[in-house]
Amino acid sequence: MKTLNINSPLTDEQIEELSCGDYVLITGTIYSARDAAHKRMYEALEKGEELPFDIKGITVYYMGPTPPRPGNVIGSAGPTTSGRMDKYTPLLLSRGIKAMIGKGKRSEKVTEAMIENHCVYMAAVGGAGALLSKSITSSEVIAYDDLGTEAVRRMEVKDFPAVVAIDCRGNCIYK
Amino acid sequence: MREITCKKITAAVKELCIEAAYYLPEDMKESLRRMEENEEHALGKKVLGDLLKNLEIAEKDMIPICQDTGMAVFFIELGQDVHITGGDLEEAVNRGVAEGYNEGYLRKSVVKDPLERENTKDNTPAIIHLKMVPGEGFKITLAPKGFGSENMSRVIMLKPADGYEGIKKAVVDTIISAGANACPPMFVGVGIGGDFELCALMAKHALTLEEQDMEHAPEYARRLAEEIKEEANRSGIGPAGLGGGSTVTGVRIETYPTHIAGLPVGVNICCHANRHASKEI
Repeated sequence: MKTLNINSPLTDEQIEELSCGDYVLITGTIYSARDAAHKRMYEALEKGEELPFDIKGITVYYMGPTPPRPGNVIGSAGPTTSGRMDKYTPLLLSRGIKAMIGKGKRSEKVTEAMIENHCVYMAAVGGAGALLSKSITSSEVIAYDDLGTEAVRRMEVKDFPAVVAIDCRGNCIYK
Repeated sequence: MREITCKKITAAVKELCIEAAYYLPEDMKESLRRMEENEEHALGKKVLGDLLKNLEIAEKDMIPICQDTGMAVFFIELGQDVHITGGDLEEAVNRGVAEGYNEGYLRKSVVKDPLERENTKDNTPAIIHLKMVPGEGFKITLAPKGFGSENMSRVIMLKPADGYEGIKKAVVDTIISAGANACPPMFVGVGIGGDFELCALMAKHALTLEEQDMEHAPEYARRLAEEIKEEANRSGIGPAGLGGGSTVTGVRIETYPTHIAGLPVGVNICCHANRHASKEI
């Protein structure tokens, strides 16, 4: 099992180096967004509106946490099923998102858009939200606050564990 | 006639919500430990190790096992000689859910309308299955259900001619198509017989059963549970769907008489965190 330490946002060279099945430890900045935030971003872009934050080059984590206890930066914070974001993903990749973290298979259209836009999709362990929360060192809601757990958060992570599920050449671990 | 106050019910519900989100039942933990010991796939073994670590952290640091603390599903066995006082049962349960999810730092995952999708912000309403039983007892079981696995569940209306093998195939196909989405190793509840909605309800209730509860099931159901588990574990899906031999931790089956023309089968998939907790008042 190959283990790689990577920084987020990811460079094009870093994305090129990652292969399906690699175990990665991510350090840097990632953004949480799930169903409701994806729908909003997609509809805004379709209408030609600006997004409330810059998605160019970012890593997005499909996750909606539990509320933090006092003194903690975040509550339980594991991945949700990525497939529900598939409808919105090709457009978002074409506008700059470079890396995704979630769990489960993606559609053919997402894989094609990943190859076209040179992106990577990583899987975190579903149901390990308590463990994964320990890799998140800060969290701040930066958009769509009214969505509660589904708001967009900018988070700093240190050695956040994931596995490359689909690489930029379209190789998929679930096949 | 025994009286039970709504206040008591609300307090019990609140405690159950918090307990279920942080502490997995011992038999569930034990089956994960056994799987970790026996898993031969390197990545699969690592994922199982992470899941065990996750359970430890959840208990020690009071961080919910999973961020999807679920929709609150209750099975209530209400003795027919019990009189509930001081309000209405459904309201008492929902008040307990709101208090438990707020004070327990649990995620509010319920939307008011399936299409308009505005969050109710207190995880209500709950889903309540009420069963009237003889006597003066009041037993309440909470099985909070996350939707990563719920979304992968199915009702299949088989033909009587499909028989044992048909049921086995339907369940195994459901497990395989659930794959990584359902956060394997999965726990699987199956309801066989009854009608369209009862087979689904039995499948959900089966998730709350322990292994010894299956002793009352027909002999074929126990055999079927074992064979489904073995076949699913040969699929290679493995922990988190990243490969390995640990795909299903357990299968529980409930059965009920059915119509001469039918063989309904409900399959309720649950993730490795098969959370549930019970209380008697």
